[in-house]
Amino acid sequence: MSSTSGENTGGGLIGWIDARFPLTKLMKEHITEYYAPRNFNFWYVFGVLALVVLVIQLVTGIFLTMYYQPSAEEAFASVEFIMRDVEWGWLIRYMHSTGASFFFIVVYLHMFRGMMYGSYKPPRELLWIIGMLIYVVLMAEAFLGYVLPWGQMSYWGAQVIISLFGAVPGIGDALVEWIRGDYFISGATLNRFFALHVIAVPLALLLLVVLHIMALHEVGSLGPDGIEIKERKDASGKPLDGIAFHPYYTSKDLVAIIVFLIAFSAVVFFAPQFGGLFLKPANFEPANMLKTPDYIPPVWYFTPYYAMLRAVPSKGLGALLMLLAIVALFLLPWLDRCRVRSIRYRGWEFKVALGVFVVSFIALGWLGLQPATEAIYIYAARFFTALYFAFFIFMPLYTARERTRPVPERLT
Amino acid sequence: MSEEAGLSRRHFLTVATTVTGAVGLGFAAAPFVASFRPSARARALGAPVEVDISKLEPGAMVRVNWRGQPVWVLRRTEGMLEVLEQQRVALADPESRRSDQPDDTRNPLRSIRPEILVMVGICTHLGCAPIERFDVSPADLGPDWRGGFYCPCHGSRFDLSGRVFANQPAPTNLPIPPHRFLTDTLVLIGEGTGASA
Amino acid sequence: MMVRGKLLNFRVLPVVLITLLVLAHGRPALSAGYGPMEPVSIDVSNTAALQRGARNFVNYCMGCHSAEFMRFNRLAEGLQLTEVQVMENLAFTAERPHDTMQIAMRMSDAERWFGQPPPDLSLIARVRGTTWLYNFLRSYYPDESRPTGMNNLNLTGTSMPHVLWELQGEQRPVFETRGVGGVEREVFVGFEQVSPGLLTPEEYDAFVRDIVTFLSFVGEPIQLERQRLGVIVIAFLLVFGLFAWLLQQEIWKDVK
Repeated sequence: MSSTSGENTGGGLIGWIDARFPLTKLMKEHITEYYAPRNFNFWYVFGVLALVVLVIQLVTGIFLTMYYQPSAEEAFASVEFIMRDVEWGWLIRYMHSTGASFFFIVVYLHMFRGMMYGSYKPPRELLWIIGMLIYVVLMAEAFLGYVLPWGQMSYWGAQVIISLFGAVPGIGDALVEWIRGDYFISGATLNRFFALHVIAVPLALLLLVVLHIMALHEVGSLGPDGIEIKERKDASGKPLDGIAFHPYYTSKDLVAIIVFLIAFSAVVFFAPQFGGLFLKPANFEPANMLKTPDYIPPVWYFTPYYAMLRAVPSKGLGALLMLLAIVALFLLPWLDRCRVRSIRYRGWEFKVALGVFVVSFIALGWLGLQPATEAIYIYAARFFTALYFAFFIFMPLYTARERTRPVPERLT
Repeated sequence: MSEEAGLSRRHFLTVATTVTGAVGLGFAAAPFVASFRPSARARALGAPVEVDISKLEPGAMVRVNWRGQPVWVLRRTEGMLEVLEQQRVALADPESRRSDQPDDTRNPLRSIRPEILVMVGICTHLGCAPIERFDVSPADLGPDWRGGFYCPCHGSRFDLSGRVFANQPAPTNLPIPPHRFLTDTLVLIGEGTGASA
Repeated sequence: MMVRGKLLNFRVLPVVLITLLVLAHGRPALSAGYGPMEPVSIDVSNTAALQRGARNFVNYCMGCHSAEFMRFNRLAEGLQLTEVQVMENLAFTAERPHDTMQIAMRMSDAERWFGQPPPDLSLIARVRGTTWLYNFLRSYYPDESRPTGMNNLNLTGTSMPHVLWELQGEQRPVFETRGVGGVEREVFVGFEQVSPGLLTPEEYDAFVRDIVTFLSFVGEPIQLERQRLGVIVIAFLLVFGLFAWLLQQEIWKDVK
């Protein structure tokens, strides 16, 4: 796809379209003449990879919807029907279930990139907030989808998560009943979860993704040096340190996408259950409202929050803490007082704090997978929950007095 | 490396990557396309159907459901078979050249055994189900009617072999499904004898 | 920094992922009870074992347990038998090759006899894991307090009778009192054969392993094809990746 010159090329089909729709203009703005810093590293592929997973999930999801039956009587059997009787149904289903976990792997790494290189700092606060909204919507989408196979984990996971809403003061019980649409988790719940999972939430997700990209292309990509390339331009108005998204980053992203697909295929074809992390053994047993499984850890991507919930001996407080843990991430642009963006030029305080944050997040994730029987796990979860929040609470203090290194004017 | 060599190398790699990617996309799309085909359950439900014709009287017809289509099994009388030969000239496709049937039923009687007719009861015009009218010269069908099938939707007329008469809306004879005789009195509908099945 | 980023980029990531894969593969599935948990290697590609397992399953399990998602024609494919062979030797109540492995026992009867209906076994290997199943079927011992006269170290209080009793004979668990962390505890050390069965212990283990192999196949009939296809897909992606990488290197010559 070579770039054409001028807005109105006049000739041919493209010219005809350009007179009626800003095709060439959009192509230029977002692809061929969208300039990004020339030194993007490994961490900058996860945005594109998230888009790839989104497409995988949408396509496989549409095909699953064609055979899935959203009723309490048929849901479980219809998933097995897809796995056994539908041609290639097993592949489509495994892609979808693996895609869910890969979505979170990619999104967590993408978020970590943002924290490392200060991608949330002015003027990118809104970009960060839209991204955080995507994360929250994605969690809702993943939870709703997890209920649909109507296995034991689906059922009891829904039971636990919906019960959390009971912690809302005053209206809790009424709210829980409203969400379920019944006095227990029933076919009514399953049916509405299906509607939300396949229509409402994906629409919201798509809209947010479009907004995220629009916001990004408005403020521009930052790069690992945390330098605005738009501040230094050549005579023609092209950023000196920028290179066009196409063909440079399209070619680079393609390599990243293929590497990603290899990892994705390795899981889909050789370990689709991923040792019970991506597909839980208990979920191969149909939902039974009379029998709770031996233990019901959530899927791995929720376990950090689940560990926090379990660490607090109060339902209301635990739920509040989970909520705050996510809200805190939204506030990052205002908690961080340091003017330097990239970790490359920031002081030891932030580096240590970020390391502590990552360690506590991973530790909480691991603890959330363990059974709640050992007291040591509960104490450990409390310790890491405290560290997690300390990262945010003390951020205005340690970032204000951070001793930073001088930021170069041009990219290194 | 000269400028030109660099460009041609780039050109080659662009083509190679694009072609490989397109092939990959094609292979990736194949499972999705294939998933539209009838599932194992649909195939199980669409499996061949056995029909016991030991109690079928001459002149009587039974209907069975095969793949959601009405399939007729008619035991024709000697008289019916004689009529078929006489009406030959009035037919649109007497030899069933244009019509849909297994090879072993491509004969004037359109059957494996002369008296047993197995046929899909769906009009080749627009998919209505014709009615069996074995009465001779009834008031509504006129004096020339010697028994056959009549489609109530658009008036197509077929003889007792499902062959359409000339100048009717239906273009071809009623289709014959693949079938074979398991025993003297047992017909298997949905599976033929040979390659035409 | 560029160099470091690149190193991370395409060399470290696959290594990390493969390590994770290997780790994930070995994790045991859900387990209940505290009995022996000997490792067992289950090879679904062993067609002879699959065929024996299918025969054992039909003869000993299918009196009470169905496999309602398993079609006989799919079974024939997996066992490398013809549909006719499968229908004649393995299907007793089913009439047509695409029927599933249902049983004739009524659920209400089952509940009266066993207290709870015997579960369908289509997915049992995915719920419990093959290791657990293998050990479960080897951990029965006489217990007069149970209605069936039998109990199981891996599923205490199970309502399933020891169907394979005749084959295994009778065994007794042996416990030893040992100090564990300063506390005296009864520790299971092994089984002791009380009376011989029709099979030797080695033959019995092989018999059980065949059943478990069959159950693993029933849990996911596509598993062998899935892995075979995976090799092809990844090989293709490697070729595609090579082209894409060379192209990227070529294009990025402009930037340096």
